Parts: sequence; structure tokens; C-alpha cells
Amino acid sequence: MKVRAQIGKVLNLDKCIGCHTCSVTCKNVWTTREGVEYAWFNNVETKPGTGYPTDWENQKHWNGGWVRTASGKLQPKQGSKWRILANLFANPSMPVIDDYYEPFDFDYDHLKSAPDMQAFPTARPRSKITGERMEKIEKGPNWEEILGGEFAKRSADYNFDQVQKDIYGAYENTFMMYLPRLCEHCLNPTCSASCPSGAIYKREEDGIVLIDQEKCRGWRMCISGCPYKKVYYNWDTGKSEKCTFCYPRIESGQPTVCSETCVGRIRYLGVILYDADKIEAAASTERETDLYGAQLDVFLDPSDPEVIAAARRDGVPEEWIEAAKISPVWKMAMDWKVAFPLHPEYRTLPMVWYIPPLSPIQNAAQAGQIAMSDQMPDVRSLRIPVKYLANMLTAGDEEPIVHALERMSAMRLYMRALSVDGVRDEGIAARVGMSGRVIEDMYKIMAIADYEDRFAIPTAHREQDERAADIRGGCGFTDGNGCSSGEAGKTTLFGGKKKNFSLPQETF
Amino acid sequence: MFGNFDIDFVIFGVMPYVALAVLLVGSVARYERDPFTWKSSSSQLLRRRQLMWGSILFHVGVLTVFFGHLVGLFTPVWVLDVLGIPYWAKQWLAVLIGGPAGLAALIGGTLLLHRRLFDPRIRVNSSMFDILIMVLLWLQLAIGLLTITQSLQHMDGAEMVRFMNWAQSVVTLNINSWATLVDVNWLFKVHIFLGMIILMLFPFTRLVHILSGFAVPFRYLLGRSGYQIVRSRRRRTLDERRKAYDRVQGPRGPSASTPAEQGR
Repeated sequence: MKVRAQIGKVLNLDKCIGCHTCSVTCKNVWTTREGVEYAWFNNVETKPGTGYPTDWENQKHWNGGWVRTASGKLQPKQGSKWRILANLFANPSMPVIDDYYEPFDFDYDHLKSAPDMQAFPTARPRSKITGERMEKIEKGPNWEEILGGEFAKRSADYNFDQVQKDIYGAYENTFMMYLPRLCEHCLNPTCSASCPSGAIYKREEDGIVLIDQEKCRGWRMCISGCPYKKVYYNWDTGKSEKCTFCYPRIESGQPTVCSETCVGRIRYLGVILYDADKIEAAASTERETDLYGAQLDVFLDPSDPEVIAAARRDGVPEEWIEAAKISPVWKMAMDWKVAFPLHPEYRTLPMVWYIPPLSPIQNAAQAGQIAMSDQMPDVRSLRIPVKYLANMLTAGDEEPIVHALERMSAMRLYMRALSVDGVRDEGIAARVGMSGRVIEDMYKIMAIADYEDRFAIPTAHREQDERAADIRGGCGFTDGNGCSSGEAGKTTLFGGKKKNFSLPQETF
Repeated sequence: MFGNFDIDFVIFGVMPYVALAVLLVGSVARYERDPFTWKSSSSQLLRRRQLMWGSILFHVGVLTVFFGHLVGLFTPVWVLDVLGIPYWAKQWLAVLIGGPAGLAALIGGTLLLHRRLFDPRIRVNSSMFDILIMVLLWLQLAIGLLTITQSLQHMDGAEMVRFMNWAQSVVTLNINSWATLVDVNWLFKVHIFLGMIILMLFPFTRLVHILSGFAVPFRYLLGRSGYQIVRSRRRRTLDERRKAYDRVQGPRGPSASTPAEQGR
């Protein structure tokens, strides 16, 4: 057993209202610079839809993630190390910027500087890449917002696999949900595995996956390697960038910007202890539908004395072990089994998990349109097909999704009985294998979702690992190395003043 | 004092050392001082068109030509004699391998240069150096191919051996060897001159990615046993931490290792 800790994340899709506050605050903090205008470390997609970049989930096209070879070994889907090196000159699986969208701005100045004309002046779009006028905007960061566009295009959605999708094109049958996406900070990331320079690494202390900007050479294999398409090539600096999990905030015990600003309170952050020795075996599990369970087995129970002892021995700080015990992520993923990894079939063991959404049930159920079983609505006849959610969250295995949806609707029934009738109906809880006490805890964390219940983030204690005197007067967080702005080719002759900055060491 | 000034001396006697010094010191300085700017500057994200064919033809061709020059020029002549390779055979080898490779590189380079100059997305995001270096490389490839017309007129290999001797005496600090190149065809002279200009520009342009490209197979294939990389900020390694824990906890209290580990 090799115990490591990671700040895991859960997003409760049942409560996401698609307001994009997460995306906008993230963008304002991280990607307002030239070269990454098109990049959204966090974005919110309307599903069903093909997403951003277009059809990212379809790995037959993009070759992201891992494959299990005939001999049971794992290798990146885009190829073994040799194959990846052979692609250095031109990467056949890499999207171009038009697959995301061509970034643009509007000619706002024209509104006030236009001469006296017959027609009202308009602000026409200009490309942020070339500065030229764009006659037609073909795509944007959220092109399918609220089911925008025709069903024929949106229904190319990969999650419709084995779903009779034609009926969902009809107005009466349509359904919709939001999917906020960010880097998954995987236990078995393909981006780092694909990087020939070794620039991408996972941090031992908190599991955050980062790109060393000084080591990145712009070979761009990470972009095609990541199945979630969450590594972005900065076309200005020529380096790859990705979600940093707001590590400067996490290190000081604060939630990420997207989580902090989430108005729906759908985001949870907490410590998960995991066994690093089990990662490879779990990711190479033969059947795709077993991958979800295999990942659960990688997680370690922080209340188990043996785990605690092993964690201490491996240097996990006491505070982190304590935080793991109250982690909301642990509760939702492990105790209640209502949270699931996004596309476990990519074999990356992602660490940002999702609670599937219930879809409108109450009124329809009373009108007799939705089948009831055992006084509970049959979740298999909800508006959003279970198969669709299963394709997204459990590699197509419907049972765990049904189980989670039943628990969530049981929570509603139980709490209605409690708040309307004043009755603690243990029968409801028992039907989904829970107790009233657990359901009330679930209600407190998932429905009320107080700040303190959503986030349990221990601080990083960098002062124990770094000499504070060395970083005094340093540049803090910059995009480049030390204080260099990195405008190479625009020729500053290697001017960056070097500060004594200690980067983490490789431990493999 | 300029009476016996000879331009050949400057170009073939002095310039090689200047070029090598700039190349070496410049590259080390850039790698050390500003590693953030050390990159391939790929433009594949902005436009895929012309890149797949252009880049592959160009790189494969140019690498073949590069290693051809390296091995061809710097293999000591006595090695050929020992192996019993006639000079004319080596020259035919050079023409037959270098010719097609150079042509492939030139075709690829033409595609890349066209893309860089006439694709608006690429053009706006090209620095002066990006364009300059591409033009120089294109010219160098074209001139290099033109020199074949000269080589074909004397396929006995004697001219080739002269270049080998010159190149080798440069690195062996035999500074008078410039004189042996005085009467070669001007195409060769321009080719060598341009080559040294490119070496001097190397540290200041995206060309530095070549060094990383050479290092990458070693780093990725040999230097990394598995696929994943984990970095730690902690001052002590995992083993040290475990040992320290066992020293304190070992004698008393619950065993730190798990039953599974003890079973092993």
C-alpha cells in the first residue's frame, strides 16, 4: 500500500442551473491572456450535444485516453511511446482551433465612432487571431446552449450509444441537462503519459496535475492524449496549459474559483486517500463496466486504523487524514454511492465526479405518466434516459445509476414526509438501503449544502517544505519561468531574472 | 593593412569558430536563463492544412540531410580507407540519399513557407525570426540541391574529400585549412556560408527545439520507465519517511505496514 492524498471534487448535476458563473470566474482568473482566449479551463455544456471541442467524447475520432492491449497492458490510445514520437512532426489526432471555436471580439468602438449614416451602426465581429473581420461566426464556447441548433447535429452525442435517440428529437420527449467540465486531475492521466518532455506531472501531496511551463516544448501530444480535451495549446506562448485546480488557493485551504463562486452550490471539494500501488491494475481492468468499481477499490477508507497508520507512515499530514474523515467527496462517492466518474471507460481514473440529475418527475408522476414502483417513481422512466446517464458516468452500466437516482428520490420523499407530515419514514430509507439518519445527513450536505459542508480543504503547509526566505521577493505565480514574460522570438534575449524558486522534484 | 585581406579566410577560417561559439554559448544561455521560451512553436493548432504533408516531408528530409552531412563530413578519411570504401562510392551514396532527401525537404519546406507567408492566421502570429529562418532554410536547401549539379561533374570523390578534410581540420583547430577551399565552386561557398549563418541564428530562434527533439527519445524511451510522473514537494523521499516512521513507531504500537504487505 502506498498512501497518497488528493483533493477530489464532486459536481451535483441535479442542482446545476447552467449559469456559467464557474466558467466566467475561471476565465477571468486564468485565461484572459492572448493565446488562450479560446480556452475554457472550465466550461458548461448543454447535453445532449456534441460539446466543446466538437464531439470530444468520441475517442474513435480523437484517440484520447487509454486502451488495454491484448496482453492486458495499458497504452495511450494514440499509440505507444514509439508511435507518439513518430507523431512529433505533425500530430494526426490533434484538434485545430476551429474544433473549439475561432476566438472573436466585437468592433465596439464603431458604435461611437461611426459617422452619420442611414443605418444604425453595429458592432461586427473580428477574429482575435488575425484581427480580420469575421463575416459569420460559426461556433462559440457554448454553441449548443439550451439545446441550440438542430437535433440532427446535437444527437451525434456519444452518450446516445445504444439509445433509441430518434424519439428525443420530438418536442414532447426532449430532455436536457448541464455538464460543467474541467480537468479531471486523473489518477492515471494520459496527458502526462503522452508528454515526451516529461513536463506534466501529478503532485504527490494533493494530486493536482500540472504542466511545467519551463519544461514544455510544445510537442502537443498531451492535447490529443487527454480524452476530455482539457489541455489547451497556447498559440501565443507555444506551450500547453490546463486547469491548475487553482492550486495557490487549494494550498491555502480555499476552494477553487469555480467552486467558490458556484451559485447553485453544486461543487464539493474534499480529501480522498488512495492507494497509488493499485492504480495501474485498476486502470487495466478488463471490462469497461468494471472500471467504476475498480476505481472505488483504489480509494482508502480514512476511518480504517490500518489505513491511518499507513497514511502516517507515508507522510500524509495529520490534518489531511482528519480532513479525509469528513470529506464530502468520500461520502457521496463511497458512502452513498451517488457520485460517479465521468467516462470511466477512458481508463484515466478521473477525480472529478458527478451526481446524475433527476429529471422532472413529480407532476408527471401524479398525472400517471410516470410509472410508480413501490410508491416511488420508477427512475427508469424519467425524462432523461438512464442509459444516457450510464453511458456518461459508468461506461453504460445502468444499475449504479438507477441505485443513485433511487436514493436521491428517496431523499426527497423522506424529507417531504418529515417537513410536511412531521414523520420520519424509515420505510422509505430502508427501501434504498439507507437509514433516516443517513438520509438527513445526505439532505444537509447535498440539498442545503452549506459552505462548511461543501469544502473540507486542509492547507498545504508549504512552509514546512520550502524555505520562505528563498521565495521572498519572488515573482509569485507567473505564466513563464520566474519573472520572464516569455516573449521569445519577439526577442528579449533571455533576460529573465532568475529567482530561487523550488519546483517539486520528480519521484516517479 | 587590407592589402592581403582575404574574404575566404574570414568565411572559412574565422567564421566557423564564431558560429560554433555563438551556437554553444547562446544555446546554453537560453536554456539556462529563459527555458520558458525553449519550444517548437508549433502552429498546428491554428491551421492543419499544408502542415501534415509539409512538416513531415520537411522534417524527415532535413533530418536525413543533417545526419548525412554529419556522418559524411566528419568521418575521418582513413576510416574509409580501412573499410575499403572507394571515394567515388561514398559520393554516389551521398548523392543518392541526400538528393531525394533534400528534394523532400525542399518540397515540404515550400509548403511550410507558403503556409507561413500566405495563411493569415500563421502570418500574423509569426515573428520576424520565424519567417527569416524559414526563408534561410529554404534557400539553403535549394542551394544544397544545386550543388549536386557541380558534384555530378566530378564523381571521383576528390572534391568531397577536400570538404571532409576542411570540416575535420576546423574541429581539430587546424586554422590554415581555409586555404584548401579557395577555388571550389561558389555554390559550395554560399552553401557553407549560409550554413554557418543558420548555426549562429540557432539559439535565437525556434530552431532550439531541434536539441530537444534529439533529447526526447532518450528522455521518453530510456529515461522514463513507466508512463506516469509524480513530483513531490516533501523534503524526504517516501523511503526515508517510512524509515523515520518505523524508527519511532516500530517498537511500539500498531504495525505500520498492512497485513497485505507483511504477506509479501
